[in-house]
Amino acid sequence: MLEVRNLHVFYGGIHALQGVSLSVPEGAVVTLLGANGAGKTTTLRAIMGLVRPREGTITLNGVSLIGKRPYEIVRLGLSMAPEGRRIFPDLTVLENLLLGAYARTDHDGIARDLSFVFSLFPRLKERERQRGGTLSGGEQQMLAVARALMAAPKILLLDEPSLGLAPVLITEMYRAFARLKEEGRTILLVEQNARAALSLADHGYVLETGRIVAEGPAAELRESDLVRKAYLGV
Amino acid sequence: MATYLQQLLNGVTLGSLYALIAIGYTMVYGILRLINFAHGDVFMWAGYWVFFLVVLFHLPWWMAALCAVALTALMGVAIERVAYRPLREAPRISLLITAIGVSFLLENLIIVLPWAGGRQKPYPTPAFMTQIYQAGNVRIQGVTIWVPLIAAACLLGLIFLVYRTKVGRAMRAIATDTETTALMGADINRVISYTFLVGSALAAVGGILWGCRYPRLQWDLGIMPGWRAFTAAVIGGIGNIVGAMLGGFLLGLAEILIVAFLPGLSGFRDALIFAILIFFLLFRPTGLLGKPLKEKV
Repeated sequence: MLEVRNLHVFYGGIHALQGVSLSVPEGAVVTLLGANGAGKTTTLRAIMGLVRPREGTITLNGVSLIGKRPYEIVRLGLSMAPEGRRIFPDLTVLENLLLGAYARTDHDGIARDLSFVFSLFPRLKERERQRGGTLSGGEQQMLAVARALMAAPKILLLDEPSLGLAPVLITEMYRAFARLKEEGRTILLVEQNARAALSLADHGYVLETGRIVAEGPAAELRESDLVRKAYLGV
Repeated sequence: MATYLQQLLNGVTLGSLYALIAIGYTMVYGILRLINFAHGDVFMWAGYWVFFLVVLFHLPWWMAALCAVALTALMGVAIERVAYRPLREAPRISLLITAIGVSFLLENLIIVLPWAGGRQKPYPTPAFMTQIYQAGNVRIQGVTIWVPLIAAACLLGLIFLVYRTKVGRAMRAIATDTETTALMGADINRVISYTFLVGSALAAVGGILWGCRYPRLQWDLGIMPGWRAFTAAVIGGIGNIVGAMLGGFLLGLAEILIVAFLPGLSGFRDALIFAILIFFLLFRPTGLLGKPLKEKV
């Protein structure tokens, strides 16, 4: 479904991505693991059109995303819950969610998805009329994920959804992801928290300083020495 | 008593004109972090559009006024498209200098245009604006009634647009985080164009009504109202739409009341207004309603 081939991205003189390739098949949960600065966020930003790669191809169902602007990419079927949540603090929870559906005109579908995200994160329903900035960190992360879902994406991109959350909230978040997976949604999940991500994902990639150094089915990656030593701490 | 009421109405009239202009400053600042120096000249052009359409094309006044709003609004959109958009990623100072350049261009166009010229022109004021209404011993001119009413209708319309519509939601979102707004599927350029359209249309309404109250057209007529409206936007908290309205009304009232009741100080009215501007910039840069703005990355 989503194919990334030989992606090279430069920031000034820094060669941030050095030939990253990955694919996200329909209905799969794929995770991209790596330490801080490995290039995970850069990969997602390149896919969403926020940075322009110097080389490489990105295609969604055969349609090239290179050179397209972010709003066009959203309309083609990708949406992202960005790193650091980036919710709109002055807008209410409901307004944040409706912005997520900006590109859509199917009012029935928007209403259906709104009740779906409220069932996924009931706490957002309770805080519907509250300003986004008044939410706790965990609630803001729920809002960021819910807002991305409101675009009814073919592929949901999640950038470190567990960052800075208490363990109990991480569990809650991943329970919601598991429900999305059961529904057959396609997810590209970027994480530092390899344990959580590999327990959910079907397939994984490990990124180090801009290169993919390992890939495979999640169950195999979990057992590999590289991942066990570097990311699971065993 | 009658004098008080009269002056109060004058203050509200002037204040509503400042409010209409201040909106454009504050909306553009909120989104681009740009003080649009050309905004006062866009306001000035609206008066000239009415003049051109009525005097040269013999349109009825109300039709000329509507066309002038549309033309001025499109002018604002064109200015952003041609002069500001190519500099979106450039340092803020380049954008600021460009805005000053656009301001000079708009002023000098009026000077060199054959039908406008450097000389003062009489503004075509419709009869209902100059008519005198008598209530007891209060005499009220049409402008004093119509200007606040029309301004209030426009400002309510703006509040509806910004707080109750999809594009308004995107405008508020861009003001805090442009990149994330793009990730929502919003075409940023389009939303910015809408912002200039709305801000310039309101300035146009202000310019058309301003002409009814001060019926002389000259190339520099936008400069001082522009600065005063900018001061109003700062008083209200730049970036804050309701604040700009509040600042406009406060400034208009203050100005009229000073002139009316302390006539000795009336020669200092601009000095006082800029003293207020400096006071706010020094001691309360976020204005009455604004919150500290995070520098956008």
